[in-house]
Amino acid sequence: MALLSENSGRSLPDYETQAAKMKSFSPYADNGGSVIALAGDDFCVIAADTRLSTGFSIYTREQQKLFPLSSKTILGCSGCWCDTLTLTRLLTARMQMYEHEHQKEMPTLAVAQMLSTMLYYKRFFPYYVSNILGGLDEDGKGCVYSYDPIGHCEVTKYRAGGSAGALLQPLLDNQIGYKNQEGVEPVALTQEKAVAIIKDVFTSAAERDIYTGDSINIKIITKDGVQDSTFELRKD
Amino acid sequence: MALLNKADWHTPAPFWQNGPAPGAFYHFPGGSTHVDTGGFQRSQAPITTGTSVVGIQFKDGVLIAADILGSYGSLARFRNLERVMKVNDNIILGAGGDYADYQCLKSNIERKILEEECLDDGLSLKPKALHCWLTRVMYNRRSHFDPFWNNFIIGGLEGDKVFLGTVDKLGTAYSDPVIATGYGAYMATPILRKAYEENKDMTKDQAIELLYKVMQVLFYRDARSFPKYQLGIITREGGVEIQGPLTLDSYWGPAII
Repeated sequence: MALLSENSGRSLPDYETQAAKMKSFSPYADNGGSVIALAGDDFCVIAADTRLSTGFSIYTREQQKLFPLSSKTILGCSGCWCDTLTLTRLLTARMQMYEHEHQKEMPTLAVAQMLSTMLYYKRFFPYYVSNILGGLDEDGKGCVYSYDPIGHCEVTKYRAGGSAGALLQPLLDNQIGYKNQEGVEPVALTQEKAVAIIKDVFTSAAERDIYTGDSINIKIITKDGVQDSTFELRKD
Repeated sequence: MALLNKADWHTPAPFWQNGPAPGAFYHFPGGSTHVDTGGFQRSQAPITTGTSVVGIQFKDGVLIAADILGSYGSLARFRNLERVMKVNDNIILGAGGDYADYQCLKSNIERKILEEECLDDGLSLKPKALHCWLTRVMYNRRSHFDPFWNNFIIGGLEGDKVFLGTVDKLGTAYSDPVIATGYGAYMATPILRKAYEENKDMTKDQAIELLYKVMQVLFYRDARSFPKYQLGIITREGGVEIQGPLTLDSYWGPAII
């Protein structure tokens, strides 16, 4: 200890290398990715792109960012991938503990609250992940929960998050929320419309955001189960 | 102190000249403003390093290649450092980055394998399990701000499935049929991806030839590379084989004036 603090000016010139001076360590990385979730009356659609990247290089073009937590709940993550891995692993473990303790699957509302608590637990060294949780509530209605990295939670009907969140959200506001439209009668969202809008907005986002692209994975949650599909985006 | 500037939360800069640091007492002019908070410095930079590691899947196996140079900053200090290892009969591992950190993890892994063999139950570690374990180890260290400064590529066979995955110093992990780390990520990945897209069922010989070409490209442009490399091969029939050091041909004719 004393030795180290005396040498904090690093008085070992013979052993100094270029590499030793250059690099500084950051525990976070921005691995990009975007997630969208839309809730309907009896379904929830959640989609995420499959590009994992950092800076100007693409790690892989086929990384799943949707995590099915239960038969009625799916989590979409984007941001720092190492934090995503850790968070989801911890989350599934705690959901298993819940299931063993209560002899039932964890309802979406409970998952949503637990996720918020788990994120805030790391308030001063946060998981750098933007989470969107989609699922069916206990009445079978679609619901979407969105989070900030330190655990703020909000229930909504539609939400976009991740690197292209700011590009996607205004489009959803207009097309799903009927914002800034005049003389339009809002109609209930259908599965077909939801999927079509998701494909359109992701195609647009892939044009402008380099961290979003390659393809998207779409999961539709209904009372009968989860339907899975993919859709190709531009790969450059 | 200069080394502590980046993430030094314990001794923030004073608000004004000779003034107290936030949460500290006032220091009169002439007095020392140095406050020893008892913090200490973790290893924050790689010292002896290995450069890129490249890996590719082929029809019935995986290849991992890495050269055998240990760089000390810009000095090519160790010219025979082997950094592709056989883990067990179905896993191979390649490492880039700090060599001391690699050696530390290598001995850990070897101990794990030995303990497992002592059980003598016929079960052996699977590549996905090692990949996952490495993810946790690396993430744990980065969370203590004391990272293992490495990039790992794990290749192996899991039943009939071929596996190729990677972990970096943060614990960022993914698996892909084509992986390259370091400068290889910029120079080797495009070549490997193109070759893989055109022929997903490469034979072992085609894959070996491809990696030879890629190592050659890296040797030409990566200033921390070396014309000798090791090749880790794992196939369904042949098991694990670590070849090398193999020598790369290069032509520097135009460079000589």
